[in-house]
Amino acid sequence: MTLPKVIRGRAWKFGANIDTDQIIPAKYAIYSLDEKELGKHAMEGVPGRETWAGGVTQGDILVGGSNFGCGSSREIAPVAIRGAGISLVVADSFARIFFRNAINMGYPILQSPQAAEAVDEGDELEVDLEEGVIRNFTKGDEYRAEPFPKFMNDLLRMGGLVPWVRQQLAERRRSAAARG
Amino acid sequence: MGMTMTEKILARGAGRDSVRPGDLVLAKVDFAMGHDLTIPPAGKIMREQMGAEKIWDPDRVAVTQDHFQPAKDAASATLGRLTREFSQQMGIKWYFEVGQGGICHTVLPENGLVLPGELVVGADSHSCTYGALNNFATGIGSTDLACVLALGELWFRVPETLKFVYRNRLKEWVEAKDLILYVIGQIGVDGARSKAMEHTGEALRHIDMEARLTMTNMAIEAGAKNGIMEFDEVTREYLESRAKRPYTPVTSDPDAEYEKVFEFDAEKVELGVAKPMSPDNYAPLSEVAGTKLDQIFIGSCTNSRITDLRRAAAVLENHKVAPGVRLIITPSSHQVAIQAEKEGLIRTFLAAGAAWTTATCGACLGGHMGVLGEGEVCLSTTNRNFPGRMGHPKAQVYLSNPAVAAASAVAGVITHPSEVLAKMPAEIR
Repeated sequence: MTLPKVIRGRAWKFGANIDTDQIIPAKYAIYSLDEKELGKHAMEGVPGRETWAGGVTQGDILVGGSNFGCGSSREIAPVAIRGAGISLVVADSFARIFFRNAINMGYPILQSPQAAEAVDEGDELEVDLEEGVIRNFTKGDEYRAEPFPKFMNDLLRMGGLVPWVRQQLAERRRSAAARG
Repeated sequence: MGMTMTEKILARGAGRDSVRPGDLVLAKVDFAMGHDLTIPPAGKIMREQMGAEKIWDPDRVAVTQDHFQPAKDAASATLGRLTREFSQQMGIKWYFEVGQGGICHTVLPENGLVLPGELVVGADSHSCTYGALNNFATGIGSTDLACVLALGELWFRVPETLKFVYRNRLKEWVEAKDLILYVIGQIGVDGARSKAMEHTGEALRHIDMEARLTMTNMAIEAGAKNGIMEFDEVTREYLESRAKRPYTPVTSDPDAEYEKVFEFDAEKVELGVAKPMSPDNYAPLSEVAGTKLDQIFIGSCTNSRITDLRRAAAVLENHKVAPGVRLIITPSSHQVAIQAEKEGLIRTFLAAGAAWTTATCGACLGGHMGVLGEGEVCLSTTNRNFPGRMGHPKAQVYLSNPAVAAASAVAGVITHPSEVLAKMPAEIR
């Protein structure tokens, strides 16, 4: 799975400190192995967003505030958001485990305080992942995303930690075979 | 240029002489942990997607059945079974079955599995708990854990370190929990985001290991990557009969660089709570005293070790839980339960009218055995009170120390423990 260069979609706007229990309440952790089922309940714990997942169109973009995804280490948080049909998460800043999990899954996220501040719900956005630019067609604005370190970009581009580990395991097998 | 403890551990893991904050390193892991919610996805990713057949070192992995176990429903029974089967098939040495382990973050320290100088990861956000034992410990996701299980290595961004210096000593009744709630209240739930929290100072010398674990446990509630403490006589004594491997403590260099240094006078910290609905919503107890409660929960990896239960029992001795409220007490491990039984604490709890459960995460994450309904108000010794954490999004959760929780159960409203018990015996303070 490689990343698309450009993602287009409608924005859904969320506030600061949206934690993992709001993204996917712990009771749904029983569906840890079922992305579609998790997706049906994404953001259900955010007051006023109990039925949010039902309104998402495949490809929509989620725009969050600061410290997005704080709380638990449960990878089902980004999995649920992806399962709901969200193509990309943009936030003012991310809590570290949510950030790691998304990168490891090869799921695109962007940190852009500018976009988090300016975008309103329903705005039509186009995100150029390679350039790190977010264009807002509704407002005629353009925002920069903060660049990631090279290793994280490489991981995202190759589809996450899974293909990277496969490479490492293959190298280890080769060198073990070479040692005989 | 000197290094902090956190930097030294990551440098050693990466096989480098030194690292600086912001460096991305690939580092060898000394110990890894997963549980019934995170092992099933990690095992699946490792075997089916990464194509690994065995784990890097079965002696350096612990697995606990704690989050939704004993199974709360058929689906969690499946997760428990997948966790059990994976552990058996991989030959994991430190597998803790229901009724023999308890909550991961109590089980690993009490079994001497996470040691000074080590690089520890756990697929649970509160894995930062172990740092009180002078190691680098951090929470990771399931794909991360799959990578560690397959390779024994993982990528890390070297964090900036924030230093917290605690002068003087905590006052009577004020516990480590109050101190860390106060600190998080000062810096906010993202105040240490992705950074290391290094705790030091005179006040810590008088705080025992279990209470230190309470402090590092809550590093994640300030957004931190890890919480870490110096090695001292308290650490050495705690590990003397427990450590399963030889270890090498680590110290921060005198010229180590800190992004920021915070200084607190521990003597000025008041008994306090985190009000709904965020762990940084600190208030002195006086501000919320009298708040009517529906449920009191003493449990979790934060505050349900034997020292916590001793203080709760001292308050509850010869008292009853107030009519109209319920008190649920969940020990954080099976060993804690055995010790509580030996000391007669369970008898005190039962006589007071508390519900005593088996060791599990249980109510803390709204799992089972104490899930809150709409509009209910709970005082809890746990770590996190974001909306919906313990059940209904419109339930209200206050966080406190165990003595406050016990006193509040007796009164039915948030209460200072001195109103129920004249003085906390010095030997269990």
